Amino acid sequence: MTTQPSAKSIPPLTERDDDQHAVGGGLSGFDASAEAIYVAPNWKLVWWRFRKHRLAVFSGVVTLIIVTIALVPGFFSTQPPEQIDSLRTFIPPQRIHFFGPDGFGPYVYDITGQRNPTTLMMEWVPDESKPIPLGFFVRGYDYEILGLIPTNIHLIGVSDPAIISPVHFLGTDRLGRDQWSRLMYGTQVSLSIGLVAVILSIFLGVLLGGISGYFGGWIDMIIQRLIELLQSLPPIPIWMALTAAMPRDWTVEQVYFAITIILSLIGWTTMGREVRGRFLALREEDFVTAAELIGCSKPRIIFRHMVPTFMSHIIAASTLAIPVMIINETFLSFLGLGLRPPAISWGVLLQEAQNLQSVATAPWLLLPGLAVVITVLALNILGDGLRDAADPYS
Amino acid sequence: MSNPTPLLSVRNLKTYFDLDEGQVKAVDGVSFDVQPGQVVGIVGESGCGKSVTIKSVLRIIQPPGRLVEGEILFNPDNGGGQGPIDLAKFDPNSKQMRAIRGKDIALIPQEPMAAFSPVHTIGNQIMEAILLHQPVTKKEARQITIERLREVGVPSPQDRIDAYSWELSGGLRQRAMIAMALACNPKLLIADEPTTAIDVTTQAQILNLLRNLQQQHNTAIIFITHDLGVIAQIADYVVVMYLGRVMETGPVDDIFHAPQHPYTRALLESIPTIQSAPREPLPTIAGSIPHPFNRPPGCPFFPRCPDFIPDTCNAQTPTLQPINQRQSASCFLYHDEAEEN
Amino acid sequence: MTTQTNLLDVKNLKKYYPIKKGFIKKVVGHVRAVDDVSFFIKEGETLGLVGESGCGKTTTARCILRAQKPTGGQILYRTGAGPVVDLAQLPDADIRPLRREMQMVFQDPFASLNPRMNLLDLIGEPLLVNGVRSRKERTERVAELLQLVGLRPEYMQRFPHAFSGGQRQRVVIARALALNPRLVVADEPVSALDVSVQAQVLNLLLELQQRLKLTYLFVAHDLSVVKHITDRVAVMYVGKIAEIAPTQELFYQPKHPYTAALLSAVPVADPRRRTLQMPLQGDVPSPANPPSGCYFHPRCAHAIDRCRTEPPALTEIEPGRFVSCHRARELDLIGVEDISVSPVPTHPIGG
Repeated sequence: MTTQPSAKSIPPLTERDDDQHAVGGGLSGFDASAEAIYVAPNWKLVWWRFRKHRLAVFSGVVTLIIVTIALVPGFFSTQPPEQIDSLRTFIPPQRIHFFGPDGFGPYVYDITGQRNPTTLMMEWVPDESKPIPLGFFVRGYDYEILGLIPTNIHLIGVSDPAIISPVHFLGTDRLGRDQWSRLMYGTQVSLSIGLVAVILSIFLGVLLGGISGYFGGWIDMIIQRLIELLQSLPPIPIWMALTAAMPRDWTVEQVYFAITIILSLIGWTTMGREVRGRFLALREEDFVTAAELIGCSKPRIIFRHMVPTFMSHIIAASTLAIPVMIINETFLSFLGLGLRPPAISWGVLLQEAQNLQSVATAPWLLLPGLAVVITVLALNILGDGLRDAADPYS
Repeated sequence: MSNPTPLLSVRNLKTYFDLDEGQVKAVDGVSFDVQPGQVVGIVGESGCGKSVTIKSVLRIIQPPGRLVEGEILFNPDNGGGQGPIDLAKFDPNSKQMRAIRGKDIALIPQEPMAAFSPVHTIGNQIMEAILLHQPVTKKEARQITIERLREVGVPSPQDRIDAYSWELSGGLRQRAMIAMALACNPKLLIADEPTTAIDVTTQAQILNLLRNLQQQHNTAIIFITHDLGVIAQIADYVVVMYLGRVMETGPVDDIFHAPQHPYTRALLESIPTIQSAPREPLPTIAGSIPHPFNRPPGCPFFPRCPDFIPDTCNAQTPTLQPINQRQSASCFLYHDEAEEN
Repeated sequence: MTTQTNLLDVKNLKKYYPIKKGFIKKVVGHVRAVDDVSFFIKEGETLGLVGESGCGKTTTARCILRAQKPTGGQILYRTGAGPVVDLAQLPDADIRPLRREMQMVFQDPFASLNPRMNLLDLIGEPLLVNGVRSRKERTERVAELLQLVGLRPEYMQRFPHAFSGGQRQRVVIARALALNPRLVVADEPVSALDVSVQAQVLNLLLELQQRLKLTYLFVAHDLSVVKHITDRVAVMYVGKIAEIAPTQELFYQPKHPYTAALLSAVPVADPRRRTLQMPLQGDVPSPANPPSGCYFHPRCAHAIDRCRTEPPALTEIEPGRFVSCHRARELDLIGVEDISVSPVPTHPIGG
């Protein structure tokens, strides 16, 4: 047998935790120094975790671009969206060329229309002898940023003011309106309807779900039965009935608000259930009991301890709810029950592609559908990423 | 180490988890033997790798975990026949491995509520295990099941066989779980903290039952726990683990009455026992267990060790070496065999 | 070491939960989680409350802190100001000012700290909601409290995720001590911790008690820990008190057969004392449907006919020893072996 170690006594009472070795329990592996992690508040941990989800970050960037478009659609468009040109209908998307004879410089070819003698349809062909140079931050028609600042600067457009021939990146519709510009303005309406409807649903959901979950008893009972009733109603006939009940002479703005309210009145129930469930679970959590025992008031317990705990989940859930609202709006407007022209939304734009003939002759009228797909995908992936990152303590 | 043909011989087992945040060496070079009919207690605190060790032996490690290296020599027919087989070489889902799991090596899981399916009767689940591994008819399997339930002390087993797990009390459920593990007369029973979720009086019943069954059938048991009291009561041989490594092994009497490794000694001194002097400060181990991502270099215990040798313990990792006739320890107080790197 | 005044006098405490069935939620019975429990705690002492899961020990503790409202009985508490109040009857509004005198240490230090608050906010919160508005004052007090529990004041800006279980439990203790409480209810404060850090927290609790003259109600299922830290122990079984006695007496000469059974079931960390030979039969009954007479009689080796029909009352059979067993005076039960009487040599082989 080898040497017996010295009978050294083990350190006595209240040994101070040595922080070098006692590296903490829960979290690790973030790309940050240990001390930075230790003092990182919740939102930072969520961000660090979200950052690692590449696809979600990419979707976040796409979402940001879409939101920017929704904020200043005029900046991105090339023509006033309502401008009708009966001579330039059903123009297909124009191809953008990036490299001309003198190096880089985007341009499109002018187009000339000829009527097909047999079908009597207009046929548009690019005229390669007439390139139209494009420029960035060019002056065009007048619009207002957020309805406040008048300007005429556009992201992209015909750089030479002398050329009057307009460009159509996504072609024109049956009235010769520029699809690209209409799509930009439609983004504003569709996205804001989704957002406002979700905000309204969250408000209703958090309020009613919170009351239901925190107080319980007969209030809970009534709210739960209400949610069940609302969820049992088939949504499509309800929407149809409600929109049909809207007076025909309402203005575009009035219809717009009515639609958001209708969407959120049906949509808050899921959020309400979610919030109620969280409240019920949190009420039993030790840290909530602990707050109660040190003498915290009820409002403080709710707003300082409970709400922040599920706020990140609410944000994630609402990100996932916006695309549903967008699809609902598109769907209603497509059926002619939601927004009606002259309002421009993605649903209204898709109405143009309602009959087979127009789809066959002008398939580019379906392109707003692509915008819906991209937006919905981006928001869904973003929401998934947020949901995964929302609870960094797991 | 006296018996030349151990039932199970784990050699230098390494199981790592590749996570986004980095590699966790959950089990990092673990070696121990289990003799036929022996109760081996693996004891350690959270993060010591005791559960991962037995999951590796059973080859039920789920990704991102993977068995990196080592041998798991299993010798079911005691030296005769084909000799030891290396479980580490099998594919986890291979036919051979599935034939061994449940038949030769059975597991008693920690949470019996989760281990039984709530939609099948416990009898059907035990019979399924029997029919899978033994050439018997359904009727015979049912008979064996009733016999097993009686053996583990389930009252009126002919009725209880048709009960669902949620109809049984915690103690009975744990007994049914043991009956299921014993269904095919395994050579080796692995019990993963089978008594942590239950109360002391039920725990005493279960420990007693395991002891009796082990003596009747001469089954070897690997018993995983963090409770030193349980280890003292049930084990013949003890493996003390800390942060994925074996600190000390030896017969239970030596471990408790002549512990050699500083960790074993400090651990034994720091637990309050039912016999210790009341309201006196206990000796403590400084600091806390490091997170697996922040494993110290060298001996994993050196930052908390009262016998730390500067420039040795923090520079090299000691290997597990015999230090007397009965015990082995990985500690530079006793030898200077370090791991090669 | 203890004065004779009772800080807390619990009399016939009851907490029933209704069992509801069917669509209209008709009450068909009650779970008697705490059923007629009486005990007292003297100022400056530690009373252990032990029992197996579902015996009502945690519910009792939570009733005392009024985290739950008792169904019946009295909780007489002698306030710091002098007068005795009945916590069971006080309306919620009158409880709040008393909260600063009674604090709780929870079992799971991962669940009892809000992960979204740093230590300054966590430990400072009791001060803030009890009127310490100045941030500077709170910061100073938090630093002092952190030092008191053996953590560095510099940790103040850190969040709970930076700490291990043992360190978090120190934070929980610091928070409980922020308002200078008189009574601390500790609900299994070490059972969620690793063995090697349990001793640190137990030592801290002992040290703080001496320094700050605290009174502890220590709820636990681990008898070794209870033996180590308490002056007196109350044993509970299915919502009732089985036995109350000074710790040493209870462990060495139990008077209730359940206490004796519980003690014999504790696995002793000594392979030379394999004690688990005579375990109790059967399982703990449900408090929703307890047996007749003495709740322990179906599992009791000493039960007589009287035990099956007549519930025993908690009686003081010797000064300071309360037992609810018809045969308490006649039975000679075996407790824990006193190793000071028959010592086992500790290093006979190795050294």
